[in-house]
Amino acid sequence: MFEQTGIASAEMVLSKFPPIERIARGRVALAECYARIPCNPCEDACPFGAITVGPDINEMPVVDFDRCVGCGKCVSRCPGLAIMLVDGSVGDGCADIYLPYEFRPLPAEGDVVAALDRSGAFVCDARVLRVDNSPANDGTPVIRLRIPRSELYAVRNISLK
Amino acid sequence: MKRCELLVIGGGPAGLCAAINAAKAGCRVTVLERNPLMGGQLVKQTHMFFGSRKQHAASRGIHIAELLERELAGLQDNVELLTSTTALGIYEDGVVTAMRGEERYMRIKSDALVVASGACEKSLAFEGNDLPGIYGAGAVQTLMNVYGVSVGDSVVMVGAGNIGLIVSYQLLQAGVRVKRILDAAPRIGGYLVHASKVARMGVPIETSCTVRRAFGGDSLEAVETVRLDGDFRPIAGTERIIDTDVLCISVGLTPLTELLAMAGCDMCYIPQLGGMVPKKDENYMTSVDKLFVAGDVSGIEEASAAMVEGSIAGICAARALGHEPADADAALAELRAQLDSLRAGPAGKHIRDGVSQTAL
Repeated sequence: MFEQTGIASAEMVLSKFPPIERIARGRVALAECYARIPCNPCEDACPFGAITVGPDINEMPVVDFDRCVGCGKCVSRCPGLAIMLVDGSVGDGCADIYLPYEFRPLPAEGDVVAALDRSGAFVCDARVLRVDNSPANDGTPVIRLRIPRSELYAVRNISLK
Repeated sequence: MKRCELLVIGGGPAGLCAAINAAKAGCRVTVLERNPLMGGQLVKQTHMFFGSRKQHAASRGIHIAELLERELAGLQDNVELLTSTTALGIYEDGVVTAMRGEERYMRIKSDALVVASGACEKSLAFEGNDLPGIYGAGAVQTLMNVYGVSVGDSVVMVGAGNIGLIVSYQLLQAGVRVKRILDAAPRIGGYLVHASKVARMGVPIETSCTVRRAFGGDSLEAVETVRLDGDFRPIAGTERIIDTDVLCISVGLTPLTELLAMAGCDMCYIPQLGGMVPKKDENYMTSVDKLFVAGDVSGIEEASAAMVEGSIAGICAARALGHEPADADAALAELRAQLDSLRAGPAGKHIRDGVSQTAL
């Protein structure tokens, strides 16, 4: 179905997520790259050598979750906006996710926005903790969002209220 | 008659890279670009490019255009850029005719030519397809990203290739509602990361579906879509009416090869490359001596490949004119390896199949 809709199945999403123990330890990147296309900026973006595409740039990136420190430099460098960060260490039944977001207006820090899934459907309300629109992000701001931990695998987009 | 050493027709990614590489080798280059801005389609491509660092991956097309222009500005002693200048013909004595602006007709004789004239959009035949409000996706992208003009309130996109998906995404960024993306093929043709970007904005993508009719008085008001079976035949009873004031057609590109055919280049029909394309050797020279090609005119592909092809054509054209670019052999080997790398995966299979049939 993915090749008909562009919406990854729950199993596909899960296959790209770090193990839950790693998520619980703190911020970590994952790349939702499900098809072989000629592209490797993520590999160049990582200062820690945690993302490998390899000599054939058509290979899909592999994230070394133990090497990844969650710095997030890769998030705004992926032309496919396929990379996000997850952080399961925040406690209180919550998790933080960091999403690339190229729409205007940007939300303000502290705003409550609608968190959407991979089909654009409403999942839950979520609070925006940070909007990183620094020049290094080159027009692809990264939004830090606090969500219920139960929705960690579901949320992939936001819409402003 | 104007004289120059190397004439490059087309100031897009292929033409600019050809000009840069030839000028670096000491060649005196004139570039003709029909639009008021250099950069070809780069000037409207606000998205980040794929590929590798060598083709400026992760930079936006608009910024790559600026970067190439800056590089050319540094070579200004060897480069002449003529914008708003459209090449009209290439004659058997090698004379190129062109129109500068609306009135100035020019004849240009060069010692070598690089034709990098690009491509144009294909269209679809259906009832009502001449109603105002029905556009090519590239036209919508130009209006929106170059001129700041929004084409309407809501859009139905026909075509889920990279252009259809990217333009849909950029329409959403501009605040236009994209109601649906259709594609007659049974699966999405563009990169799936692009599809996911629009899907999570709530835009449904429907494969095995196309537009059948368009309705409206003075302009488009609605379209009728229909589902297709495995042989692309409409399935009766699956018609649906969608209200919309814009229909965007993005069903592929075809190379703009008229100048090459006129110049007498050997041509061949290669569906994988978008239609009629010139035969060429590994230096991107056609069957006509010192007439080189690069970019979409030699086969539809991504802009990253066009830049590499332009670089190859520029180096080889300079060589054909007696210049010896520094480390030319090593540079060419490296550029050819880049092309192989860009085309190596499943997304490049049709290109590999197509290119293998164009060798002189």
